[in-house]
Amino acid sequence: MSQTVFEPWNDPQAKPLIQFKNVTKRFGEFVAIDNQTFDIYEREFFALLGPSGCGKTTMMRMLAGFEKPTEGTILLAGQDMAPIPPNKRAVNMMFQSYALFPHLSVWDNIAFGLKRDRKPKDEIAERVAQMLKLVRLEKFAQRKPHQISGGQRQRVALARSLAKAPKLLLLDEPLGALDAKLRQDTQFELVDIQEKTGTTFVIVTHDQEEAMTVASRVAVMDDGKIMQADTPANIYERPNSVYVADFIGDVTIIEGRATKNGNGYDIDFAEGQPTLHAESGKDFQNGQTCHLAIRPEKVAITADKPDTRNALKGTILDIAYLGNLSTYHVKLENDQIIKAQTANTRRLSRRSFTWEDSVWLSWTDTAGVLLEG
Amino acid sequence: MRRVTWFNATSLTLGFAFLYLPMVILIIYSFNAGKLVTVWAGFSTRWYGELLQNQAFLDAAWVTVKVAVLSSSIATVLGTMAALVLVRSGRFAGRTLFSGMIYAPLVMPEVITGLSLLLLFIGLNIDRGVLTIVLAHTTFSMCYVSVVVSSRLVSFDQSLEEAALDLGCSQMQAFFLVTLPIIAPAVISGWLLAFTLSLDDLVIASFTAGPSSTTLPIKIWSSIRLGLSPEINALSTLMISVVTVGVISASLISKRSSLKRQADERAAGT
Repeated sequence: MSQTVFEPWNDPQAKPLIQFKNVTKRFGEFVAIDNQTFDIYEREFFALLGPSGCGKTTMMRMLAGFEKPTEGTILLAGQDMAPIPPNKRAVNMMFQSYALFPHLSVWDNIAFGLKRDRKPKDEIAERVAQMLKLVRLEKFAQRKPHQISGGQRQRVALARSLAKAPKLLLLDEPLGALDAKLRQDTQFELVDIQEKTGTTFVIVTHDQEEAMTVASRVAVMDDGKIMQADTPANIYERPNSVYVADFIGDVTIIEGRATKNGNGYDIDFAEGQPTLHAESGKDFQNGQTCHLAIRPEKVAITADKPDTRNALKGTILDIAYLGNLSTYHVKLENDQIIKAQTANTRRLSRRSFTWEDSVWLSWTDTAGVLLEG
Repeated sequence: MRRVTWFNATSLTLGFAFLYLPMVILIIYSFNAGKLVTVWAGFSTRWYGELLQNQAFLDAAWVTVKVAVLSSSIATVLGTMAALVLVRSGRFAGRTLFSGMIYAPLVMPEVITGLSLLLLFIGLNIDRGVLTIVLAHTTFSMCYVSVVVSSRLVSFDQSLEEAALDLGCSQMQAFFLVTLPIIAPAVISGWLLAFTLSLDDLVIASFTAGPSSTTLPIKIWSSIRLGLSPEINALSTLMISVVTVGVISASLISKRSSLKRQADERAAGT
């Protein structure tokens, strides 16, 4: 594999398209964004992910120009954005409600921004045709927004915001109004369009699956702060905090005390339970409180005691059957619950474990992530 | 269908009779051939013909139309602007006071409004005429426009205007290219409402009218004091029709646009 990987954030030479420098946004007493500094690079598909009220929408509205930072600066291609009003920014936004103009046809909606630039007529027509083709809506050009379906409206909104070929496209929960099936298809379509047009996308979403699917990097936000901004794989496999580990996917957090041992640490987490071991490059004092985060799919569940260092005995409390997978909630003697997940490769009737069964849980030294807090 | 009971039928008849009997009698007698208002002497459109010969009435009608068109247009602009500020600017200190002050003329006795305007015009030394009636009518019809328009603006999606800004519009362009076309039905019905209000106003107009600017309601009122004439019946019938057409079209415009929208949305299957 000699293909170059798209990772401008690891390249010290790369110049970021957007730079947040110590940006704080307050609404009265409320701090929506708390002193954030980060970069977004050209051609990135950057996702802002977090629960509602975490500040992700404020972040996006500041990029669009609808809100101004209280402190700090936002640079776009090296230029300070603060004095530039929304209608003069090379930034377009796709609104959560789509905000299609109901009195204009699909064609006129897409042409709206181009007409404001006083482009020649044939140039506008050509660009609109190109956009209609991109979102596969050629047949619906003359319809009004209320005469097309929700999924089609979503594509009109996308075409309209891309028509002016912005340097940066902002997407505010773009798939929120679509049903689950359509949503999945549209996610791949979005990625496809992003790659075709080479536009930098910033997407705001509260749906972690969506963020993981579409984004090159995901920023997990909480309380006006970016907790971690990294690739989906790193966010999932190498979370840097208990919050991120817990927010993304399913996880079991075991709190214990660390003691240095070899390449990692031994963890004592409860009276009468064996000592666990996890490899980690992080620095912990001997006896310091630590958290071991372990994903359910990395925990093996067996009837007999396995021959590994990390092995715990418990009884099955609950089974969540998801069709392709089953998640077992196993209770240890000290009441700690650990989740283990197995693929249902066999039919249900031949499943090996059931409620109240006594089982062994085990995982490798590298399966868990050791976190401070 | 619910069954029509005797009780329902009677209440309906009584209610409508109470509301419309006087007008129906007036309309019937406007087609009376005789000169006496209260004695039926056969059908004729004679009084409509005579009305068209009466220069004083025609002048008054022309003044009324001028005043109605001018005042309702000014009231629509001002009322829409007031509605925009009240709905859009969110919470600012004294917002409740402001909206209360805009809606106060709705409940203010007309005599008081008329009197205060009269005092103002005298104080400013403005000669009373068409201009003063226009100003007076604008004052009281503006709040009706603002009520109608702001009720539409409340359900207006603010992100539409943000989208217009985002796509390169100035604030002004965003209003004229996006907001105004969308709220147009409400603005038009506000105008029609203001127009009909101005058309049939007597009290405020009589305070603010000058000798050369008699409006139709004032003219009718003063001629009745000299005795009833079938001509007045004919004139009133015409006014009733104009007002009826105005009010009905105002409500039809707003109803049709919302019905059409619903039908289209159903057709789109969403």
